[in-house]
Amino acid sequence: MIHLENIHKTYDNGQALHVLKGINLHVEKGEFVSIMGASGSGKSTLLNILGILDNYDAGTYYLDGKLIRDLTETRAADYRNRMIGFVFQSFNLIPFKNAVENVALPLFYRGEGRKKRNKLAMEYLERLGLAEWAHHLPNELSGGQKQRVAIARALITQPRILLADEPTGALDSKTSVEVMQLFRELNREGQTIIVVTHESGVANQAGRIVHIKDGQIERIEENIRHDASPFGMDGLMK
Amino acid sequence: MRDLVEEIWSTISRNKLRTILTGLSVAWGIFILIVLLGSGNGLIHAFQSASGTMATNVLEVRGGWTTLAYRGYSSGRSIKLNETDAQAVRERFPDKVMRSQAQLLQSDVTMSTMKDYVSQRLYGVYPEYVELGRFVLSQGRFLNATDMKERRKVVVMNESVAEQLFGSANEAIGRDVKVSSLVFKVVGLYQDAGNSSDRPSYIPFTTSNVLFGKGRDVDMIAVSVKNLETADKSLGFEKELRSMMANRKDYSQDDTGGVWIWNRLAQDQEMGQVMGLLNIALWFIGICTLLSGIVGVSNIMLITVKERTREFGIYKALGARPMAILRMILLESITITLVFGYVGLVAGIAATEYMNVLADQTKMEIYGQTIQMFKDPTVDVMIAVQATLTLVIAGLLAGFFPARKAVSVRPIEALKAD
Repeated sequence: MIHLENIHKTYDNGQALHVLKGINLHVEKGEFVSIMGASGSGKSTLLNILGILDNYDAGTYYLDGKLIRDLTETRAADYRNRMIGFVFQSFNLIPFKNAVENVALPLFYRGEGRKKRNKLAMEYLERLGLAEWAHHLPNELSGGQKQRVAIARALITQPRILLADEPTGALDSKTSVEVMQLFRELNREGQTIIVVTHESGVANQAGRIVHIKDGQIERIEENIRHDASPFGMDGLMK
Repeated sequence: MRDLVEEIWSTISRNKLRTILTGLSVAWGIFILIVLLGSGNGLIHAFQSASGTMATNVLEVRGGWTTLAYRGYSSGRSIKLNETDAQAVRERFPDKVMRSQAQLLQSDVTMSTMKDYVSQRLYGVYPEYVELGRFVLSQGRFLNATDMKERRKVVVMNESVAEQLFGSANEAIGRDVKVSSLVFKVVGLYQDAGNSSDRPSYIPFTTSNVLFGKGRDVDMIAVSVKNLETADKSLGFEKELRSMMANRKDYSQDDTGGVWIWNRLAQDQEMGQVMGLLNIALWFIGICTLLSGIVGVSNIMLITVKERTREFGIYKALGARPMAILRMILLESITITLVFGYVGLVAGIAATEYMNVLADQTKMEIYGQTIQMFKDPTVDVMIAVQATLTLVIAGLLAGFFPARKAVSVRPIEALKAD
C-alpha cells in the first residue's frame, strides 16, 4: 500500500536542517503500523509526507501504486480526499460546524449532494456511537467525543490509509484506551492504519512498531502480543 | 448553491459589525456614483430640452462678410444671398437636398391691437417652413400656397404673443392685428418646442417681399437635406455648400466668413462629445470614491483570511481543491460588495428622485421665458446595470488578493498556525 524508498527531507529556515535521512518503509494493505520516536526525530515530518501535506526532496513514494511527487495542488487535494484519512492530535474540527457537518465535509469537497452527505455522515456517527451528538458544535463535546467525530470524518471517504498524528495526545488515559480500541477494531475490519506517537503504550497496539531516531529508521519491531507490554494490559503508558 | 450561501453567511455573520462598517464604505461609494451620474443627467436633460425638437436635417445658410481679399476685391465685402441661390442649391445637389427655401427676416416689427402691442421679429417664409419642426402648430393652420400666390396679409404667431395681444389665445384666430401700419389676419397659432427664446411671427414670403422688399436679396436659406445621417457626412456637405457659394459669389474657397452656416447635426455631435466628457468625468470621480470602499473590503478580507488560515489548512487536508477555496473567498467578497452596493444604489436612486422633485424649483423666469437649469436628474436602468456590473468587478478585485493568499498557504503551514 505504501512504498517509501530513500526519502530525504531538509528544512531550510536560515539554517539547513536535515530532518529525514533516507527512509525506506513498506506497509501492506490491512496493516496497523505505529511510528515511534522522540520529539524532533522526524516522525511528524514523515507522516506529513505520507499524507501529501508536505513534499520531500529526494527518493520515491508510492501510495497504492501511484507515484506521489511534484503534484499540482489540485491533484494533491484530490489524492488527499480520496486516499487518505487524517486524525490529528488537536482534532482540527471546524468550530462553527456541528458534528454532522464536520463529518460530511470531505464529501462536500468531493462534490457529493447535500442529502447523500448528511445521510452518510449520520451513519458514520452512529457507528461511532455519537448519533445523539450529531447536531452539537465541537465545543459542546468532550475530548473523546471530538476525536471520534474526527475519526468519523477521516473514515467517511473510505480512505486507503488512515493517518493519525498523536491521536491520544490531548485525551485522558481512559478515553485514550477507547480510541485505541476503536483503531484496533477498524484494523480488524481491514483498515490500513499508521499512527505516529511517542507513547509506547499507544504504539504497542499496532502490529508493527517503527522506531525513528535522528531522521533514520532505527529498527522495526514485529509486535504480535499486544499485551506483552511492560506497562500492563489495559493501562496505556502516558 | 445552498451550501455556498450557508458558507458565506456563516463567515460573514461571525464578524457582523466589521462587515457592516466595511460594507458601508462600498454603499457610500455607489451612493456618490449614482448621485453624480443623476446630477449629470439633470444637466444633460436640461440642455437637451432647451435645444428643443428641431429637425436635425436642416442647415441654415446666411450671408456673411468676406475675411480674405480675392481677385481684386478687398476683404470685408458683404455677401448677400438671393432666391436664385436657393434654387441653385436644390439643382446642384438633387440627391442630398430635399428642399431649399429662401426666408426674409424683419426685426423689430411692431404688432398691435386695441389692447396691447409687442415688438417682434417677422419671418417671411414658404409654406414648407412648418416641416422644419421649429414649433408645434396648436390652433388654426400654417401659411399655404394660396397665401403665397395672392400675397395675402395673414400671420401665424406664438400662443403667448396672441395671449398678450388678444387676452386669450383662443380668441385670436380670425382676428385682425396691425403689423407696422398694415392690417393682417391671424390664421394660426403655435407652441414653443422646448425653451426656445425665439418667438417670431410668420407671414408669406411673397407678402414679406413686397412689403419689406430688399429686391432679390433674402436673409436666409433653409436647406433640408436627406441621406446625411452622420455628422461627418453632414460636415462634408457643409463644405461642398461653402465651396459652391464661394464660386457663385466670387470669393476665396478658403474664406469661411462668406456665408454663415448653422448645422444642427454637427452641433449636436459637438454637444454630445461635451456631454460624453462630462459623463466620463462623473464616472471617474464616482469610481475613485468607490475605490476606497473596495480597498476597505479587500483589507478586511485579508484579515479574515489570516484569521482563518488554520481553517483553510483543515479544508485542504480534507481534500479541498485550491479552486474551492478561491471561489469561497471571491464569492464572500462579491456578496459583501453586492449587498451593500445595492443598499447604496437604492439610497442613491432615492436621492436622485428627491432631486427630481427639487429640480422643478430651479425653473427661472427671465424676461417672460422659462429656463430650467436642472431637469429630470434620474438614472436609468442602464446605469443601474452598469453600477451592478461595477460592483461585481469591484468585489472580484477586492477578493482577489485575499483569495490568492488563502490559496497559496501550504496545508502543513496552515495546520501549524493558530
